[in-house]
Amino acid sequence: MATAHADAVLELRDVSKSFGQVAALRSGSIRVTPRSIHALVGENGAGKSTLVKIVAGVHRRDGGEMLLEGESVDFHSTAESKARGIAVIYQEPTLFPDLSVTENIFMGRQPLTTGRRIDRSAMYDEAQALFDRLGVHIDPRRPAEGLSIADQQIIEIAKAISLDAKVLIMDEPTAALSGVEVERLFTVARSLRDEGRGLVFISHRFDEVFALCDQITVMRDGQYIDTLTTADTDVDQIVSLMVGREVGDLFPKTAAELGEPVLQVRDLTMTGVFHDISFEVRAGEIVGLAGLVGAGRSEIARAIFGVDRYESGVVTMDGIAIPGHDPRSAIRSGMAFIPEDRRKQGLVTQASVAHNVSAAVRSRLSRWGFLTSGAESRAAGPWAGRLEVKTGALDMDAATMSGGNQQKVVIAKWLATDPRLLIIDEPTRGIDVGTKAEVHRLLSQLAGEGMAILMISSELPEVLGMADRVLVVCEGRLTADIPRAEATPENVMRAATRTTEGVR
Amino acid sequence: MTTTTQRPTDPARTYAEHAAPLWQRLVLTRETAIIALLVAVVLYAMVNVRNFDGPLTLTYLLLDITPILLIALPMTMVIVTGEIDLSVASVVGLSTVLVGILHAGGLSIPVAAVLALLAGAACGALNGFLVAYVGLPSLAVTIGTLALYRGLAVGLLGTKAITEFPDRWTDLATAKIGDTGIPLVMVLVAILAIAFGLLLHFTSFGRGVFDIGLNSEAARFTGVDVARTKLILFTLSGVVSALAGIYYVLRFGSARGDNATGLELQVIAAVLLGGVSIFGGRGRLHGVVAGVLLIGVVGSALRLEGITVNVINIIIGLLLVASVMSPSVLAWISDRTARRNPRASRPTDAPLGVGQKEGRNS
Amino acid sequence: MSETSTRPASSPPEHAHEEIRLVAPSRQSPAVRAFNTVVRSREMSILLVLVLLVAAATAKNPSFLFSGNGWRDLLLTPSILLLLAAGQAVVIITRNVDLSVGSVLAVTAYLTGRLFIDFPGIPIVVVALAGLAVGGVLGLVNGLLVSLGRVPALVITLGTMYIYRGLVLTWAGSDRINASDLPRGFLRLGTQSVLGIPVLFVVAVVVVAAVGYYLHAHRGGRELYAIGSDPDAAVLYGLPVRRRVLAAFVLSGALAGLAGVVHAARYGTVSSGAGTGIELEAVAAVVIGGVAIFGGSGTVWGAAIGAMLLVTIDRALPILGIPDFWQRAVVGVLIISAIVLDRVLSARRTRKLIEAREQS
Repeated sequence: MATAHADAVLELRDVSKSFGQVAALRSGSIRVTPRSIHALVGENGAGKSTLVKIVAGVHRRDGGEMLLEGESVDFHSTAESKARGIAVIYQEPTLFPDLSVTENIFMGRQPLTTGRRIDRSAMYDEAQALFDRLGVHIDPRRPAEGLSIADQQIIEIAKAISLDAKVLIMDEPTAALSGVEVERLFTVARSLRDEGRGLVFISHRFDEVFALCDQITVMRDGQYIDTLTTADTDVDQIVSLMVGREVGDLFPKTAAELGEPVLQVRDLTMTGVFHDISFEVRAGEIVGLAGLVGAGRSEIARAIFGVDRYESGVVTMDGIAIPGHDPRSAIRSGMAFIPEDRRKQGLVTQASVAHNVSAAVRSRLSRWGFLTSGAESRAAGPWAGRLEVKTGALDMDAATMSGGNQQKVVIAKWLATDPRLLIIDEPTRGIDVGTKAEVHRLLSQLAGEGMAILMISSELPEVLGMADRVLVVCEGRLTADIPRAEATPENVMRAATRTTEGVR
Repeated sequence: MTTTTQRPTDPARTYAEHAAPLWQRLVLTRETAIIALLVAVVLYAMVNVRNFDGPLTLTYLLLDITPILLIALPMTMVIVTGEIDLSVASVVGLSTVLVGILHAGGLSIPVAAVLALLAGAACGALNGFLVAYVGLPSLAVTIGTLALYRGLAVGLLGTKAITEFPDRWTDLATAKIGDTGIPLVMVLVAILAIAFGLLLHFTSFGRGVFDIGLNSEAARFTGVDVARTKLILFTLSGVVSALAGIYYVLRFGSARGDNATGLELQVIAAVLLGGVSIFGGRGRLHGVVAGVLLIGVVGSALRLEGITVNVINIIIGLLLVASVMSPSVLAWISDRTARRNPRASRPTDAPLGVGQKEGRNS
Repeated sequence: MSETSTRPASSPPEHAHEEIRLVAPSRQSPAVRAFNTVVRSREMSILLVLVLLVAAATAKNPSFLFSGNGWRDLLLTPSILLLLAAGQAVVIITRNVDLSVGSVLAVTAYLTGRLFIDFPGIPIVVVALAGLAVGGVLGLVNGLLVSLGRVPALVITLGTMYIYRGLVLTWAGSDRINASDLPRGFLRLGTQSVLGIPVLFVVAVVVVAAVGYYLHAHRGGRELYAIGSDPDAAVLYGLPVRRRVLAAFVLSGALAGLAGVVHAARYGTVSSGAGTGIELEAVAAVVIGGVAIFGGSGTVWGAAIGAMLLVTIDRALPILGIPDFWQRAVVGVLIISAIVLDRVLSARRTRKLIEAREQS
């Protein structure tokens, strides 16, 4: 790129950051030039988000250098980094739900009339102008509550534009977007670049990275690996840099003999969330549930397990219907559910490993109604051991563990219930490569032992590698049921975006 | 290897059950600190306060704190789930009025008491229903029912007081166990304290209570019936408050609508002083009992010293603020010292409240 | 104004414009919109209840409204709670709560009496300012403990409620300020009217209006809403969270301090038990007035109307034939109805917003 040798607007050199004993970032480096879009890629846990948060002023670095337009900076707060022209759009937008979208954009910088009074009409007009420019129709007066993730991101971008940010960092902005929405975002991003701003784009989707970005910086295990010009590289090179070794040995799914149907779902419907969902999972089978984030995959799983309601439809386990909205009956019928957000839903991070592992079986551990922590530990120990959970002792809090270890604790908790069906939502999100392979091996082994597994994943290679059958969800409907032999990235992605692209 | 057995065979690793030795786990806790403080205050008072070791002191101390002690038991569980019940004192008041009116209407004390307990259960269940099933914030709900239940009590009896109660029953409320000076009612308190202690710390239900307080969503995903648990706890809170009301009316021989006004804040202060986290998920019942006793002992000793109730108020307030501030202050100090010598390499803290926002990504 | 405006050159091509999901901007004129907003507001519904209550009581007994005393009491009695509710609303909007206001009120009410006794001839304005200042300092203590200690305000202000009450008990002892200790001019303030409106009510309304205006129209005020709406997002956004929360507590303390002065003027006597239990009434007024207990929404005007309603019920019930002993029960029902109503309204709003999204 012509601009590669221009002065960097933002530069980080060997920035490091630790939380307690955990080094989240060992040596992060990146050099962002104006008038360019710079991709930051790496596996979950590579330190990208920590780096972003240091730039944003959420965390302060422990070491290294950070230069903004050649000047060394050290932000103590997000307000400081914002004042210096850095705008960050987080993975999950952080809006104030009670306030109007306009107030969300201009909070703290509202246009004033005389007497330091907020000029509301000017503010609404400016917001309208921003939306017009971005090509979206959003009522400037509506509250932020209830906006789709895509629209929330547009609000965040409008915020950044109104700030006249020199550097705009987007942390996985496309994870929850449909094809059209992604295109809209890219159009905006390119126009911002052409205005001379520097953009940093974090994504796991290589097609997007290659379509949008000028340079690519790769990180691995909290370290800077390399920076490449997009035109001079390809996906394989980036992936091998990210992983640090050849891929291909990641998904050891062994063929298993399929048994009787374990889970059967008939016409499951929840208005506005999912419609007419019917499928079955057989003993020994791994069924992958693919689709875009927000398509309704997790919601379907949650409804099956009973943590959410559904309006109509039937869920049966081994031919017996189980009542809706009742996780206890689901567990009793042999279901286990490993949710997507393990810190919020999967485990109680402030409780001990023993407490967590035994949580789903503790009523069985009681003697004459009484439960002791000794009984919990005795029940938890073998399961933690089988999954090789790394902890000093069983009464240590789960909070301090790495993501991979926490995931093992959650898996151990549910295996302890001796389930017939395991529903697992994003089995390897945010865990290191080694543990990832372990989890994959375990799932394959469990299926081999006759367990039925329903696996939701956003990582296409994982779905294609692990699943005997791929079900694709798009906007709350099942749009494809593809056997392992026929599943390709192309036909899965096409089904995942079908209605969005097809209708309009 | 098979998953159809209850326990996996041949685990790859084994673990120690505990990270720290037994004495550390027992000594280095908040509860122990409160108990130590209680013992220290008692010892100090024995030596320095005249008549503190007299026979009547203990009797009156225990008689006085019995309502707080009783209500603190369910309140602890409610607060551990992250909720709060401000209506307890109003239920006490309502219960005294009901016992008074029903007895004046010709019912015997036991029958009146049972009806009052049922009314207390209904009051608690209404709180629990609104919080757990309608999904309203307990702070707002119980401010509402605080007014409602007190209003019912005052409305039923007006400004009158009913003071006619059989001596047999009023004497029982202040009777002592032999010549120990310990009131007979402490037997009831002890039984309930043990029951609540077992329920909270040694049952599956109690584990669920802690899970709800630490992470109610994860609890739901693990099969804890969050709504039902809360309903049960608020109902227990209502029943025990009504029980405290029955004690109250017999002890003072007076049923009035404004009985026990403001007691809810004393109970909550005692519970928090006993080491229960207002955020939920942390706390142990023996700490709470020690917290209630500590407030009782300090009050009693100061009264014997001729210090008025005012100073006692100040001390209770200071204890409460100090007890909740201490973790933050300690963290701040250790953070400061770490920053002074950077080689100690303590991580710098994130700004206020940011820590929780991480999670999904690295 | 949306479709027709010219777009800058860098805007996306026209077809992208057609494809995106629409959440259509409203096309009402500003005047119509303002009218609709006011009429449909939560404040309006509570005001309606208040008007109906007053109308019912007046119909039963015209002197409730149409006598000199009736009119005066209608406005004068709520003055104290109005001040407290305004401060409490600001604190609750930031997702905190201040339980110490009753004790602060007692401190400054007694202080007022002491100042008049110890410094004969002291101007009333100086006393009022002293009340504000002392209240502000006590509020500052709350704010510092809450924002530095990262401990819920409920616990901190429960503690300072005891401490401040203890202070005034120690200071006053069994001493009591009587009307005879207070200068005549000060006591007249308690009953005086301007154009038929009691002076103290005017003071309270001016305060409510000023606070409400600040919250509505100033950056700092809007930031209070943002903080209450999502404290974590406020930090990420870079808002001065601690400073704003601190300021909210100082304001609440200062207004409670002023309420203490008003209390002394209104009743003429002050004991150390003044204002006991009024903190929960203030919270109740705020909740009835439509401020969400977990912050982020509601207005000071709503809280003020809630305060008027609470106090007026007290006076209206006996006239309506309900013994005033039942007043608290009615208040309790009102609080619970208010939060249930808010719950229903917000559920409906959420559903509508989601439906709007689905249809687009």
